[in-house]
Amino acid sequence: MNRGSHMVRAFDEDLRFLSSKIATMGGHAERMVSDAVRALVNSDAGLAESVIAADAVLDDAERDIDDKAVLIIARRQPMAQDLREIIGAIRISADLERVGDLGKNIAKRASAVADKSQPVRLYRGLEALADLALAQLKEVLDAYASRSVDRLVYVRDRDEQIDVMYTSMFRELLTYMMEDPRNITACTHLLFCAKNIERIGDHATNIAETIFYISTGKQMPLERPKDDEANAVIVDQPE
Amino acid sequence: MNDNAGNRQPSRWTQKLSEARQTLVAVFLVLAVMVVLEPRLLAAAIAGFLLVAGVAALARSSRWPTGKNQGLQGTSADTKELLPARLLADALDDPMVIFDREMDIVFANKAAILAFGELTPGMALPLKFRAPEMVELVARVIRDGRASLQEYHERVPIERWYQVSAAAVDRAGGLFLLAFSDRGELRRIEKMRSDFIANASHELRTPLASISGFIETLGGPARNDPAAQKKFLVIMKAQTDRMARLIDDLLSLSRLEMKPYSRPDKLVDIRDIVSGVVRSLENLATEQGISVEEHYPDGRLEVPGDRDELIQVFENLLSNAYKYAQSGKRVVVSIERRKSDGADAIAVSIQDFGQGIPREHIPRITERFYRVDVETSRVQKGTGLGLSIVKHILTRHRGKLLVESEVGKGSTFTVVLPERGDLT
Repeated sequence: MNRGSHMVRAFDEDLRFLSSKIATMGGHAERMVSDAVRALVNSDAGLAESVIAADAVLDDAERDIDDKAVLIIARRQPMAQDLREIIGAIRISADLERVGDLGKNIAKRASAVADKSQPVRLYRGLEALADLALAQLKEVLDAYASRSVDRLVYVRDRDEQIDVMYTSMFRELLTYMMEDPRNITACTHLLFCAKNIERIGDHATNIAETIFYISTGKQMPLERPKDDEANAVIVDQPE
Repeated sequence: MNDNAGNRQPSRWTQKLSEARQTLVAVFLVLAVMVVLEPRLLAAAIAGFLLVAGVAALARSSRWPTGKNQGLQGTSADTKELLPARLLADALDDPMVIFDREMDIVFANKAAILAFGELTPGMALPLKFRAPEMVELVARVIRDGRASLQEYHERVPIERWYQVSAAAVDRAGGLFLLAFSDRGELRRIEKMRSDFIANASHELRTPLASISGFIETLGGPARNDPAAQKKFLVIMKAQTDRMARLIDDLLSLSRLEMKPYSRPDKLVDIRDIVSGVVRSLENLATEQGISVEEHYPDGRLEVPGDRDELIQVFENLLSNAYKYAQSGKRVVVSIERRKSDGADAIAVSIQDFGQGIPREHIPRITERFYRVDVETSRVQKGTGLGLSIVKHILTRHRGKLLVESEVGKGSTFTVVLPERGDLT
């Protein structure tokens, strides 16, 4: 960020306010998602409750960012990079707010799944999926901090991994449901959880595109660099 | 500073240090308290002190030119004198970050950059350390002058735990220090124990049940049947072998998980390792009736890596290819240079022409105990942990495993290892 470069110091502070709010939102969203999945896997109702409560922070922060952004635009009539910075903050906060909602939704399902124990393997798959999505979220938020765009183009590759993984989870859950109809309730909840996590990955990709736009003024190129095989599954995440 | 001292021509360094003495005394006291409370932080405290001494001296001379002769002399000399403090901070294993009242990063040592990635001066700290408790910690230290956090946990990309101490090092100049000390080992032991119990109890139960069943039969219905006894003993032997293998693999996986978040820095010759593994598994290849083709390029093929661990990676992949794709009769091992995520890398591919892996299984095959085909795995004496181990080792090497497969045509497992040691 080119902080301290404006004639009006207050303007710098306004922009700073936005980016620090985004950071807060990012931190909370990451925490909510990882706690929600943990609550689900360990059937931890208390943790699930706290995740549900934490969503209010994100809602408030999004409103703050919207209000502030409108004020800044009206008062300072920013142009170019500054304007993109502000519009970007609005977009990113909307994405993060959605991520929070999805996390909350996962936490709500934790209690529904808790009373019946499911095969460990299902949870393991869900955790692996969540780790992929969290890694992606972390990568884009780190990119927001450093404003380095060169790694952003690879975020889409990860998103593909998440999609493939989700498809695999989907099939597995279907198999369990067909094996025993008593599994249907719990497996449906788990299926929605997996879908939510997959959506979180999509929001992370959106944020990556927004950051690219803020920094360069251009849309992220659709064509990714062709140095990795297209049709391969890339396994580079720890369990 | 009095005139006498000036006449004796003290080095600029001592001069500045003495000007900053109040700060340094304060810092020293704070750090001394920290060390008393937490002896493990001693090294971090010393380095922090020296670093602050340097920064404080620089800050003094640049912010409050007192009219004394050093005020106008160039900063390049100052930077040089700062060097030892920075070098010391960089030599430290524990991550350390210094930031100002605006929560902007002033300095991060090498360990911090290695652990957390990009931390450039001027970057806002809360953007990088976003966890709510970290943000709160930073706010608290700016308000109260010191604070600590029992546990800072990062789940991705590699699970890590730190204890974080924060202290004001120079409240007048508004500098604060975050010192991280690795708590991972403790937590990993804990996690390893629970994982081990969960995995082992589940996976060992099956062979154990089968053995105890046979023991009952041997003591009962088959008591006087030598032929049946012989047959049962063979099965029981196979089951105990399987349990032993399982425990070996679980232990080796646990050992890998125990290793701290460190990246190997020694260079190893990949061609050497791969061809060595091919030689050592020649027997297995012949046994399964498989011919091996090797394609290696010329020139240096070195990556930073741990020799033994990489040997295990290629052993696991190659023996998988031999065992599960014997119908193909052919395995191709090749090494090539390529770009991965924009960086130079070396790719080792192991291609078989066996039955292939159905697409829906591919994303899951590195999960523990995930088996594509339980029956084949059992016949081939698999433990379900081989690829987990591979993945774990590659993660430590910042490498990747690419899996391409088509049912009926075969699979290609490609290991991509970055050539350069620095973190992206």
